[in-house]
Amino acid sequence: MSDMAWIDAALTSARPQAVGALLRYFRDLDTAEEAYQDACLRALKSWPQNGPPRDPAAWLIMVGRNVGIDGVRRRSRQEALPSEEVISDLDDAETAAVDQVDAADYRDDVLRLLFICCHPELPATQQIALALRIVSGLSVKQIARAFLVGEAAMEQRITRAKARIAKAEVPFETPGAIERSERLGAVAAMVYLIFNEGYSASFDAVQAKAPLCEEAIRLGRLLLRLFKAEPEIMGLVALMLLQHSRAPARFDAEGQVVLLDDQDRSLWNRKLINEGLALIDKAMRHRRRGPYQVQAAIAALHARAERPEDTDWAQIDLLYAALEELQPSPVVTLNRAVAVSKVRGPESALAMIAPLAEPLAGYFHFHGLQGGLLMQLDRNEEARESFNRAIALANTAAEAAHIRMHLDRLAEPQRRAR
Amino acid sequence: MLYAILCYDSEDVVGAWTKEEDEAAIKRLEVVEEKLARQGRLGPVARLLPTTAATTIRKGREAMVIDGPFAETKEQLLGFFIVECASLDDAIETAKELGKASSSAGSFEVRPLAVFKPHEVTRADEVRA
Repeated sequence: MSDMAWIDAALTSARPQAVGALLRYFRDLDTAEEAYQDACLRALKSWPQNGPPRDPAAWLIMVGRNVGIDGVRRRSRQEALPSEEVISDLDDAETAAVDQVDAADYRDDVLRLLFICCHPELPATQQIALALRIVSGLSVKQIARAFLVGEAAMEQRITRAKARIAKAEVPFETPGAIERSERLGAVAAMVYLIFNEGYSASFDAVQAKAPLCEEAIRLGRLLLRLFKAEPEIMGLVALMLLQHSRAPARFDAEGQVVLLDDQDRSLWNRKLINEGLALIDKAMRHRRRGPYQVQAAIAALHARAERPEDTDWAQIDLLYAALEELQPSPVVTLNRAVAVSKVRGPESALAMIAPLAEPLAGYFHFHGLQGGLLMQLDRNEEARESFNRAIALANTAAEAAHIRMHLDRLAEPQRRAR
Repeated sequence: MLYAILCYDSEDVVGAWTKEEDEAAIKRLEVVEEKLARQGRLGPVARLLPTTAATTIRKGREAMVIDGPFAETKEQLLGFFIVECASLDDAIETAKELGKASSSAGSFEVRPLAVFKPHEVTRADEVRA
């Protein structure tokens, strides 16, 4: 890795801490971002000559503060100050900063920075775009590509979102325990949104959106390093790692979705799986169940099964039952029905999803699953009806193609594999 | 004399490597490893999972289990064990058992391995423990 690549990676990874601390200091997002940018420019000049600092974030905060103050002064007096002189003691900056920047401050700074992006008035996509811009430091171009929109449109979207949170009250006081845990919950949800934006992408978009999954995992790990003893954060990171581990097996060469049962498990990323399993292990020790942990535990059971037939569906059924309690939703029940169909057969599963027909009337996966269960019971006419409804509701071409495959199979019963 | 060579680096930076960068780094290391192995000098090689997967056990009459890596700066790394454990609980119990066997204070950090290559040294010049 070259010097410049190292510096680039160090600047990126220090960004959330640095911008977060500068935001606390200047109480204004634009000033904080500008100060961080200036500090980065100075780092690019100073680090190759003087070697990298021991704590890049502390260095950037110290230098960013000095140049930021300089900028504020300059604006208020309408005159130029010799900026180089103000920060002439760059060598001392680091030692001083390390003493001043407390680990506990870091934690609340990063949390605050993420939290202001989760403003409830902002729609989910704007929250994600804002977090990717402000916290992760992705360029507008990168974000625009991930959202499959033009750069100008994304620029406008981010500017609008920023204006909206600038008007909102940013909570600068150090949060109490309850506030901290509420903020952490909101932030975790947003990180998972970022992940899902990448994970739910269709084949055509998966290349462009894959960085969103990686960025979400990076933010999750960051949260976990700051909040070491939070089982739900362990669960969140584990869930993302386990889901992302299957990315190489989720689409076939033609871009069709490959369902879990049909995936080539040798393509799953073992490294991510092992890390995810280790985190689940850690979380479980706390005996404080939560939705991310339960979902991660379900993903872990899939990851642990070497072949689809080794899957512990009975345990998955129990975990979905736990999830129904924690987070009741028709979609959770629908997922549970898949496990039930494996443990108790398609008839039981059909009975389980019958009450969902109304709330999930417009949901592709409901009709897809119902069709599949009916097909297993040789109720082909009804199955065809469900599949036709599913096709009409498909969100992507790949989803539609998958259902069409079932319909073709129904049309040619003699070619059916069973 | 057997030497342990311990790797320290920025987790953020190494964690941000692309798959290609990571594989390239591993390949370069493996060239050196292969040479050492041919000479019979290479012992076990391991890569650890990130510190987020770590748990720390503080020794004492009642051992304390803390999430996260070992973070004290006034204590130094004195040694390590590699043990097969069925679960994290098993690993923690094993660490506690080891802790009871030594009277000092201090801590154990329990961290799963990402990679383990069980090479064996066949040409040690000096007596091994």
